[in-house]
Amino acid sequence: MSMDAPTVDRIRRDISENDVVLYMKGTPVFPQCGFSAAVVQLLDQVGVKYVGFDVLLDPNLREAIKGFSNWPTLPQLYIKGDFVGGCDIVREMFQSGELVDLLKGKGIAVGVKG
Amino acid sequence: MSMDAIEIERLIKAGIPDAEVRIEDLRGDGDHYAAYVSSASFKGCSRVQQHQMVYAALKGRVGGELHALALQTTVPIEA
Repeated sequence: MSMDAPTVDRIRRDISENDVVLYMKGTPVFPQCGFSAAVVQLLDQVGVKYVGFDVLLDPNLREAIKGFSNWPTLPQLYIKGDFVGGCDIVREMFQSGELVDLLKGKGIAVGVKG
Repeated sequence: MSMDAIEIERLIKAGIPDAEVRIEDLRGDGDHYAAYVSSASFKGCSRVQQHQMVYAALKGRVGGELHALALQTTVPIEA
């Protein structure tokens, strides 16, 4: 998993400037992978504002993000700069209520429509 | 590229010796599996850390040879 410095800097900037960041395949409107689509759906259900970054547009980002989090797959969800998990973990947290608790605990609004 | 369930189970158990492992072949294409792994060594670890332990046991195959592995990790009650 190679990580070039400019891409790592960009990742650090993404996750510090945005409360909730989803690195995914495709975009929130057009997810290109079932796992990415599943997390998009959960975030929309929770009603939290988030930024989606399409790793398919940048092979360096697609590789660097795996090394950055020591996590081999996409999607990857970050909340307030911390790696939260991929599809399985986000789904488990959604079902147990932990995802909403985590967001609220970090002062991030949920239930936001549109 | 694909893997078979026995190989996945063998690798996980080699990496996490006390693990109880159940593998489900989700699509029969050797590329989409679910793994249920229970181990006392997960105790005190976050879900991310638990999953990273399983990925480490699989020596980089997840996301490569193995397109996707739906993973659920648990700590045995008595642990």
